[in-house]
Amino acid sequence: MAMISQLLASTLRLSTPLIFAAMGGMLSERSGVINIALEGLMLMGALGAAVGTVATHSPWLGLLIGMGAGLAMAFIYALLVIPFRANQIVAGMAINMLALGLTPFLCKMLYGVTGSTPQISYPEQFHSAPLYLAWIVVGLCWYLMKFTPAGLWLGFAGEHPEALEAAGIPANRIRWLAVLASGVLAGAGGATLSTFLSSSFARNMAAGRGFMALAALIFGKWRPIPAALACVLFGFADAAQIQLQGVKFRGAEVPVQFIQILPYLVTILVLAGFVGRARAPKALGKHFSTANERE
Amino acid sequence: MRRLAQSFLAVAFGLALGLSATWIAGENPWEVLKILARGAFGSRENIGMTLFYTTPLIFTGLSVAVAFQAGLFNVGAEGQLNLGALAAAAIGALLPGLGWPMAPLLASLAALAAGTVWGAIPGWLRARRGSHEVIVTIMLNFVAVGLSTYVALYVLKNPESQNPETRPIGLAYMIPRLGVFGDAPVSAALPLALLVAAIVWVFLRRTALGYELRAVGQSEPAARAAGIDATKMRILAMAIAGGLAGLVGVAEVLGNAGKFKVEFSPQYGFIGIAVALLGRNEPIGIVAAALLFGALHQGTRELDFSTEHITSEVSLVFQGLIILAVSAEPVTNWFRSKPRINTDEL
Amino acid sequence: MISSGSEVAVELRGITKQFGSVLANAGVDLRVEPGTIQGLIGENGAGKSTAMKILYGLYRPDSGHILIRGQPQVWSSPRDAIAQGIGMVHQHFMLAGPYSALDNIILGAEGEGRGGRERRGSRVEGRGQPSGAMRREGAPDPRPPTLVRAWGILGRKHARERLEALAAQYRLSVDWEAPIEQLPVGIQQRVEILKLLYHRADVLILDEPTAVLTPQETNDLFANLKKLRDEGKTIIFVTHKLKEVMAFTDRVTVFRGGSVVGEALTSQTSPQELADLMVGRKVVLNVQAPPTQATGKAALEVEALVVSGTRGATHRVSNVTFSVRSGEIVGIAGVEGNGQSELLQALLHPREPQCRKAGRISITGMDVTQMTAREIRNLGVSLIPEDRLHEGLLPEWPLRDNFLLGLQHSAAFNRAGFICSSNLQAAAAKAVNEYDVRPANLALSAGNLSGGNQQKLIVAREFERRPKLLIAAQPTRGVDVGATEFIHRRIIKARDEGAGVLLVSSELEEIMALSDRILVMYEGRIAGEFAKGNFSESLLGLRMGGG
Repeated sequence: MAMISQLLASTLRLSTPLIFAAMGGMLSERSGVINIALEGLMLMGALGAAVGTVATHSPWLGLLIGMGAGLAMAFIYALLVIPFRANQIVAGMAINMLALGLTPFLCKMLYGVTGSTPQISYPEQFHSAPLYLAWIVVGLCWYLMKFTPAGLWLGFAGEHPEALEAAGIPANRIRWLAVLASGVLAGAGGATLSTFLSSSFARNMAAGRGFMALAALIFGKWRPIPAALACVLFGFADAAQIQLQGVKFRGAEVPVQFIQILPYLVTILVLAGFVGRARAPKALGKHFSTANERE
Repeated sequence: MRRLAQSFLAVAFGLALGLSATWIAGENPWEVLKILARGAFGSRENIGMTLFYTTPLIFTGLSVAVAFQAGLFNVGAEGQLNLGALAAAAIGALLPGLGWPMAPLLASLAALAAGTVWGAIPGWLRARRGSHEVIVTIMLNFVAVGLSTYVALYVLKNPESQNPETRPIGLAYMIPRLGVFGDAPVSAALPLALLVAAIVWVFLRRTALGYELRAVGQSEPAARAAGIDATKMRILAMAIAGGLAGLVGVAEVLGNAGKFKVEFSPQYGFIGIAVALLGRNEPIGIVAAALLFGALHQGTRELDFSTEHITSEVSLVFQGLIILAVSAEPVTNWFRSKPRINTDEL
Repeated sequence: MISSGSEVAVELRGITKQFGSVLANAGVDLRVEPGTIQGLIGENGAGKSTAMKILYGLYRPDSGHILIRGQPQVWSSPRDAIAQGIGMVHQHFMLAGPYSALDNIILGAEGEGRGGRERRGSRVEGRGQPSGAMRREGAPDPRPPTLVRAWGILGRKHARERLEALAAQYRLSVDWEAPIEQLPVGIQQRVEILKLLYHRADVLILDEPTAVLTPQETNDLFANLKKLRDEGKTIIFVTHKLKEVMAFTDRVTVFRGGSVVGEALTSQTSPQELADLMVGRKVVLNVQAPPTQATGKAALEVEALVVSGTRGATHRVSNVTFSVRSGEIVGIAGVEGNGQSELLQALLHPREPQCRKAGRISITGMDVTQMTAREIRNLGVSLIPEDRLHEGLLPEWPLRDNFLLGLQHSAAFNRAGFICSSNLQAAAAKAVNEYDVRPANLALSAGNLSGGNQQKLIVAREFERRPKLLIAAQPTRGVDVGATEFIHRRIIKARDEGAGVLLVSSELEEIMALSDRILVMYEGRIAGEFAKGNFSESLLGLRMGGG
């Protein structure tokens, strides 16, 4: 019994960074910009939050700085893929590499230690606030997409940007805002890695969680609440995998790798249309130019 | 010529940005550059290490490039090379009695085959089910890592070691090292990589099949009108791409480690994207770009030892910046020419 | 013919717009009176759509003026045009599939803040009178009130109430909540019209609105448009169909070659007069094909071919039957978009269900319906595709490699799977020389050639096969006079050497000069067949417009 409640608590905690990042990815991808860079944005957020918390002794200010770090990286990404029309996948991969290299480098610059920040003392860590905050963000995203004009515009920017243009709303401006917002949210997700799930920044601490958030987003068919639930499912796989590590069952170790790969497998099945059909926003990954620019 | 100049410009720009980062960190960029060069080319052994890192990058660069020539994006080289290496190590572990040269030959073929299968899956899914190959290959990377970790931990575990790795393969499986580079583990896999690059060039440029594959990547409607089966070409391209990435297993398992180690690859698959991009998807360019990235990788290891503020990860910063500079190429194109008009819009 | 002095709803003065080297609008003058249906008629590329996109603010004109109710306007985006009561239903609907009809309609009409600020540039002091507007009297017409409610919520309920009132007024009811992609095309169009009404447009531009509709839906549309006119709306109706212009418009303006070439009250003109204006004389053709000497067996037989539309609503090709014998040129005339492209796709890819729904196709006597494109091409089928850059060439590749496209398996250039470079080089050099492709530099990218030289390269390559059937679609579009003559002579030569030629062109004069027989395609059907010497330009023009 204790094990089950521990597993559930662990699930909720582990899904928190995924949820933030998936919501960020949702905003970006629904506006038509592929966001493979989530992983890098999370890393920046994780470092920013750790540095901020160490410096200010407040996890909240740390969170804010983490979000700012994500925003800064997202700005570079948006600049490349919107006005400079770089391939979104190439640029996204490059952002990931940059973040993976830049974060330990910055650590060493700031603290003289390779690849990690000083420990954040226990009272200065987050205890449960990000968990609630994540679900508030899910609610806000759901609200944004379902009830507000901005959500409608965002969806049209990713679905049919020409229609948005014909209605007099500049599609690329919407995309800019969406990508920047995704940086803020992915940054927040990263922040929870270093100030909530652990107590310092460590090298490559996102460890594929950005991609897992992307998988959850696709598994949730690009909708906020299903995507958040997919994050919980994937968080559960993660928690189960951790709990089962080294556990013997009838004398043999339980192979946790199969639990680890499950999220990715089901995402492939969804993408292939074997389990429901995930329909990406129609204009996802396509550069948009106004009627005048097209000529 | 213009493209070559653009590549140089992108590299220079990326390096300059990276060096200015080291300057901000409190280092003398000129010194950093010197250490980089010394680390990469300062001794026989250093050159050997550079070439050791270059070898897998040639394979992954070719892998990304072949897919790209068919209009597909192979982000899955990382998974394909993991399975390739695993397959080579598995043959070695399961058939210890095999002698030279059958042993390395069979293991190499296994690496090739495993990668091919792993590449063909997203190719098939894309061509037949319309699933976007980028997302599928990213997901398959994680699946491949999970599977290979499982095999290394439970099926072929090395009882002598605490690390997650497979049992060592017999000496008969090992391919010869190139002796001139001291202790550096640069092996016959390097000439193999160069040979494969040449074969890929011949395939793409001199065979009808390669021509068709490239035509699909250039313009599917034109290829279709000419009677080329785009579906088949896509699956073929991804299968070849997977096989090429799988050959990394030859360099790693048969040429270096003698076993499959979990997480042996410092992201060769992803750096392969940069290599292909910078090498303009042409085998000669890819060999050159692989050398550049190999040198960066090796050189920055030296930076780690010889400077106070710089970590070896800074190579990723350089690589990332170079890719960003290359990917923003449309900016330069924009200055060059206006897009063609589309009569539909009139 | 326009009566002076009356109020003018919309006026374009000297609108000019150039796209690259194409002059899409060359000084377009247009006046539209309020409360009328004005038809704009002309062939593809005549400049109607460009002029309307300029009026709607999507394109910025190079020169010229837009006047709305007599006031000069400068649009920086469609938003400005919408604010002045202009609305447009585009040829390709501006609707996002997964969103509801309601969401598609209110897009852009949400307002910017709670109950307060109105849309940019559309408001002066007082009660929502648009700036510079002199609206019809007695029509209280403030901008739609903002839909943004407390907490930033979009007031969908309110919007729906207003829409239902509008729908009742014009009897245009729609399922508001269903995803738009689940609605039939006719209803989607209704949604587009409701969108304009919701945005309080007075001037409704409809660009080729009937292209995707069934005859029944077309009748409904026109009934609705007449109702809207009677309510005081001004309607600009862009089409290439004479029948529709004659039946439903009050006035008609004829476009040709980027300019307005005629205007008339519909009641005072005839289809014949309009057809003559529309077609005009465009190219000076120097080649007239002598009648065919000998025709042989059938090179192509098409029997009861059906191609269903992409949206499944209409048939793009319905029940088309014809044949082409070897040694004759059969011309398919018609305004583009009447099923010609679909017909061509079906000939090349009959196995694919989206390209052919039913019907039999045989080439040189062989049933090809289950063959792949490669097998069909290997029967001796040469193709000059209608979209040269897209389907005929690999623009970034050198001439040499373009010459090989489709020939990569032919014995001349293929040795055991390897391309025989020296043969290719020699053959390409010879062909480039013979077909006068300039510059004759085999290493040059095909995209850098002029249109005429690109086409000559394609002709050279396709004739390398010694065609038994030549399919030539728009073979001289965008091609200079010299190359046109050259290509025409080559087509005739191919015929004289025994090939069956299917010539698809929207250039009437080209069809008339070359064809031994002419078929007119209209709305996916063969609307007429004429033997050589048995047709006149105006008769064909009439058939092409559905007359």
